[in-house]
Amino acid sequence: MNFLRRQLPLFITFITGVVFALQYYIPHPISETLLTEVSKWLQIVGGFALVLGISSLFHIHFVKIRRHEPGWGYSFVLYAGIVGTLIAAFGYSAAAGAWVNGKETINGVTTAFGWVYSYTMVPLQATMFALLAFFIASAAYRSFRARSPEAALLLVAAVIVMIGRVPLGEYLIPALGGLTEWIMGVLNSSVRRAILIGVSLGTVALSLKIIFGIERSYLGGGRE
Amino acid sequence: MLRPLLMLTIVGLLSTQAFAQDLTPPADVNVIDGPNDDGGRLIATWAPSPYDRPDVRYRVLLRTADGEKTVAEFPANTKYVKGAKLSWWTRPAPPTFHYFEIKSGKAGNIEPGKPYTVTIAAVMGEQSVAAPPMTATPSPDWFNWNELNNLVLVLLFGGIVFVSIQTARRKEIFLRRIAGLDAVDEAIGRATELGKPILYLTGAGGMSDPSTLAASVILGRVAKRVASYETDLLVPHRDPIVMSVCQEITKQSYLEAGKPDAFKEDSNFFITDDQFSYTAAVDGIMLRRKPAANFFMGSYYAEALLLTETGASTGAIQIAGTDSDHQLPFFVTTCDYTLIGEELYAASAYLSREPVQVGTLRGQDLGKAFILVVLGAGTLLATVGVIIGAEWPAYILDFFKDLK
Repeated sequence: MNFLRRQLPLFITFITGVVFALQYYIPHPISETLLTEVSKWLQIVGGFALVLGISSLFHIHFVKIRRHEPGWGYSFVLYAGIVGTLIAAFGYSAAAGAWVNGKETINGVTTAFGWVYSYTMVPLQATMFALLAFFIASAAYRSFRARSPEAALLLVAAVIVMIGRVPLGEYLIPALGGLTEWIMGVLNSSVRRAILIGVSLGTVALSLKIIFGIERSYLGGGRE
Repeated sequence: MLRPLLMLTIVGLLSTQAFAQDLTPPADVNVIDGPNDDGGRLIATWAPSPYDRPDVRYRVLLRTADGEKTVAEFPANTKYVKGAKLSWWTRPAPPTFHYFEIKSGKAGNIEPGKPYTVTIAAVMGEQSVAAPPMTATPSPDWFNWNELNNLVLVLLFGGIVFVSIQTARRKEIFLRRIAGLDAVDEAIGRATELGKPILYLTGAGGMSDPSTLAASVILGRVAKRVASYETDLLVPHRDPIVMSVCQEITKQSYLEAGKPDAFKEDSNFFITDDQFSYTAAVDGIMLRRKPAANFFMGSYYAEALLLTETGASTGAIQIAGTDSDHQLPFFVTTCDYTLIGEELYAASAYLSREPVQVGTLRGQDLGKAFILVVLGAGTLLATVGVIIGAEWPAYILDFFKDLK
């Protein structure tokens, strides 16, 4: 049992880790084919894993409805949404005179599934994304309060960049365009690159730890 | 008035005629199988000529079963070996030579194992002189020598990491304080006191994303402490594979904490893989359940601010850790503590204090020191190279370039 739970996964991790690290250096078509094939396997595994995810979602909300937990009405809405969308996606469209089969339009006629997507899903997603503008404003207000020298510096830099990035700002104060470019290209880029160097080294170190079995908590648990 | 113009025209015509007479076939033409590739390229090189000027053009012709076709035509003063993305150890000819890659295109497909005949011609106006045709057969290669420097540096860094691990086993290594990780206990303690749950997010990435791996490793450490305090843990997921892995990690953490009964299978749950639907659901959980502590680990995109700002509005203590540099300003602004970039990868070692884990951190620091030295020395060498007009600094600098 320990072999199946620990040694075998570690062995598979080691072999696949080494093979695909070397694959990067091998331009031969066999190497490319291997990568393509494994990517397809990953998609298939992902598809099966989605069943696990959806069953988890159904289970959680079923328990909430059964126990009448606070907010169980939302769980009911979720069930209604999923079942309703499934019926719309795979049901029969009387207007189009054909089975929908997940199509948004049939012969130019918008199906119920297409309607759900275009008039429910898309506006809701757009609403969430639009909220970002208001969230940025409130976050900016909080961080730009000049309560410390660092915050004051941030405020000044932000004001310069914001004015320098709009055509009117650069027209009114031409020097701000160059200053903005300098802040973004020199100060901002250098810090970003420093962060990226650290991230890259961290990624390589983590990969080495996983390939060589030093880090194995992702298997569920620490060392044995 | 007309005489000077007439003279100029005659001089021009004479010089063109004289130049046309000098148009010689391209010399030292060599056509080889494209090195470091999948067998889909041919490389043609030839010596520079005295007529390498914009008004003269080189024409590359490829002969296939369908006949001879022009692959490309370009000004004679362009396309040199020194301008190609090649390192000095993979250059097929001296830097001053012309260089042209022949790939599959309108002129025909380049397939491995088939011989192809290539002709290079110099063209000026109607006049054209061609070098003798050369034949080469493309074949796939088993190693990309352009990536030799990359491999050497990875092996060097790997060696440094393993030496550091051995060193860490023998003696204790100092770790600087990371405020965000010191606050983990504070956050869990606060949630326990208030009797509220802890919300932990593993980010937008899948299991193949290193930041998600780091986030799930940290989840194990956090879950162990959560288990010992018997506090509720909520881990909503965007990826069912990540959910399955995190379920196992959490379960094992509860076992290690000696609280297997406190483990709830539903603590890790799937919501959706859609970005904003997931965000809306998690925001809803924050507003309804009011977690006392929110952890945002892993990689994030536009949803970062929507999540953290909502969390901040509920008064929760928030700890973020991400390598998504474009989202860092939002995390720094809205969270109490932020693990910046590599600190996310250091968190596992910091929380566990295992010598093996801490050793890898020392390895990373040595790697950074090495990069700093290379940056300094590289700047100096490049400057010296330009000032004295020497080529030798380029041989060293090439070793640290990204060449694919």
